[in-house]
Amino acid sequence: MYRLLKQIAKTGIVSEPPPHPDETLRQIEQRLGAVILKHFGRALTIRHVDAGSCNGCELEIHTMNGPYYNLERLGIKLVASPRHADMLLVTGPVSRNMELALKRTYDATPDPKLVVAIGDCGCTGGIFGESYASCGRVSNVIPVDVAVPGCPPTPVALMQGILTAISSGLHDGA
Amino acid sequence: MTDLPIQTEPIPGAMPAFRSMIEAGTLRAVVEKAKAQKARLVALWGSDETTRGGAYALHLALALRSGLLWLTLPLAREHPRYPSIADIYPCANRMQRAAYDLLGIHAQDSPDHRKWVRHRAWPGGVFPLRKEFDIGTSLPASDDRYPFVKVEGEGVHEIPVGPVHAGTIEPGHFRFSIVGEKILRLEERLCYTHKGIEKLFETMTLAEGAKLAGRVSGDSTVAYAWAYAMAVEGASGTEPPSRALGLRAIMLELERIANHLGDLGYLGSDVGLAFGFFQFWRLKEDLLRLQGELFGHRYLMDQVVPGGVARDLPRERAAHLLTQLAPIESEAIALKAIYDDHAGAQDRFTMTGQVLPELAEKMGLAGFAARASGIMHDLRIDFPIPPYQQVGLRLGSHTRGDVGARVLVRFEELFESMRLVQTLAGQLAPGEIRVPLADCNAGKCGVGWVEGWRGEVLIALETADANRIHRAHAHDPSWQNWPVIERAVLGNIVPDFPLINKSFNLSYSGQDL
Repeated sequence: MYRLLKQIAKTGIVSEPPPHPDETLRQIEQRLGAVILKHFGRALTIRHVDAGSCNGCELEIHTMNGPYYNLERLGIKLVASPRHADMLLVTGPVSRNMELALKRTYDATPDPKLVVAIGDCGCTGGIFGESYASCGRVSNVIPVDVAVPGCPPTPVALMQGILTAISSGLHDGA
Repeated sequence: MTDLPIQTEPIPGAMPAFRSMIEAGTLRAVVEKAKAQKARLVALWGSDETTRGGAYALHLALALRSGLLWLTLPLAREHPRYPSIADIYPCANRMQRAAYDLLGIHAQDSPDHRKWVRHRAWPGGVFPLRKEFDIGTSLPASDDRYPFVKVEGEGVHEIPVGPVHAGTIEPGHFRFSIVGEKILRLEERLCYTHKGIEKLFETMTLAEGAKLAGRVSGDSTVAYAWAYAMAVEGASGTEPPSRALGLRAIMLELERIANHLGDLGYLGSDVGLAFGFFQFWRLKEDLLRLQGELFGHRYLMDQVVPGGVARDLPRERAAHLLTQLAPIESEAIALKAIYDDHAGAQDRFTMTGQVLPELAEKMGLAGFAARASGIMHDLRIDFPIPPYQQVGLRLGSHTRGDVGARVLVRFEELFESMRLVQTLAGQLAPGEIRVPLADCNAGKCGVGWVEGWRGEVLIALETADANRIHRAHAHDPSWQNWPVIERAVLGNIVPDFPLINKSFNLSYSGQDL
């Protein structure tokens, strides 16, 4: 126990300042009103859905919860069920084998809801494109508010995507 | 070459490998003999040969003491079939089912003819890996009923989980049959992330395929990119420079370190030790930043390319790598002492999700998980090609086969990989890092076989004309290990499933393709 406490004390707080929203990532105009955004901005819950990724994007989503990026300090939390979520964070080209599960997850998420598509595959279908096995980009299957490119996107880019989705889009700062 | 009753021809390339054409009548006899000689089944797949004068073919890759044996069995155009080998190698079952779904080649006398890769994307009777099937074909969603095995009896009930899970992991379905808290049976259904990788390879040139190979399973991008490069180099007769081989090995070991750091963190948080998650993910992030700085990509994607590597690591940058790795290593040593002493964590780790050596051998368990169950196979030791030839490798042996043993093996391999990176960086050969890829004719084959962090990955490649791919099969060790998890959880309580699962941390994408 002594060693554990010593390690915590020695490490200190390593969290870095969060990034600002990036309006270039926005796909469609902000649909949510100022009052809702004010609440989302302080307590946002996210359900991650891997709709067919290579698992590269998942690695960076994990990292976002690590001590350097510390997403939870912003009141943003990954939750276990879409029924508890305000936002879906969707990775991968949508495989045809996941198409129905993604639609059902979207339907299970209560309104008002936001969708952030992650990675080159989520944005465009990426290297996998559209085929007998792949529906391609996430917006081919469910509506997408913000799309974050990258293979995989960095944790900072992911956070920017999430923060953009809950900002008003009116250049009012973070 | 082998003690088996077959004619073999060597396959040119870095790893010792040879190929043999066999007939249906001798398949089972050869496989049984190989099994008696303790050969492992590495992979089983099929191919369509109608574009080069044949019909269909079944392929097997077996790991013998002398190297990799690639067996090919030509099959008929009408009702292509072969005798099932799932009774000899249980891990062949899912591979045989996948070969049917993709190519319509039938394993006779198999006890399990359920679909595996096919869900809703295409109907029965359509086979996407046949050459006549166009990759862009869009078919209406088909019926997706799947007969799970039902457990009946007083007090038995089912818990269906997935494909969308509660954590940030890949999609798959787990069907638990339980009594009270105890797991009576677990049945997995995978292939939700099937995205047509093997079909996509057949639309690409040998050079283009490298990027796709690096995305078969993102967490093993170096292992796959190296295996793919090795296969292409063997098929085309390209000799990568020794400096490139040294750099590939450094990156492969860094990938091993990064994955073990991340999983050791999660294994802490899965037993309520959130401290472990934050500490290990701090170290992992330090490593990812270092990799991004030195190689231009946090996960080293697209760094291994056919012919060599994409960027060099000059002397002063190699020194920087070692300086920055040192504190990660010393902190991991401190964290190991904390894990070892933590009664709560050890209590959850010990005797949880046990896979005894006998079961591990029968099921063909692969990689570090096998090394926690007394199976001491590692391609870096069994077939030490350069640069592993020069550095040697020291691996411990554990036989308890529980979560605790897998934690211990991960720590040991983490530290051994640190030592390897130091040694390799200190003795990088001078010279170029990449040579142009030689032109490659149709009808060549190549093998890429690499010990990734999870276990051995295989790329079996056959070329078409104009530097294109006739067939590329990518095989992940998760094929072997997923069925073992179904056994490892028996008698454990449902809440320990995430812990057991994470201790293996298998790839869905690498299996689903």
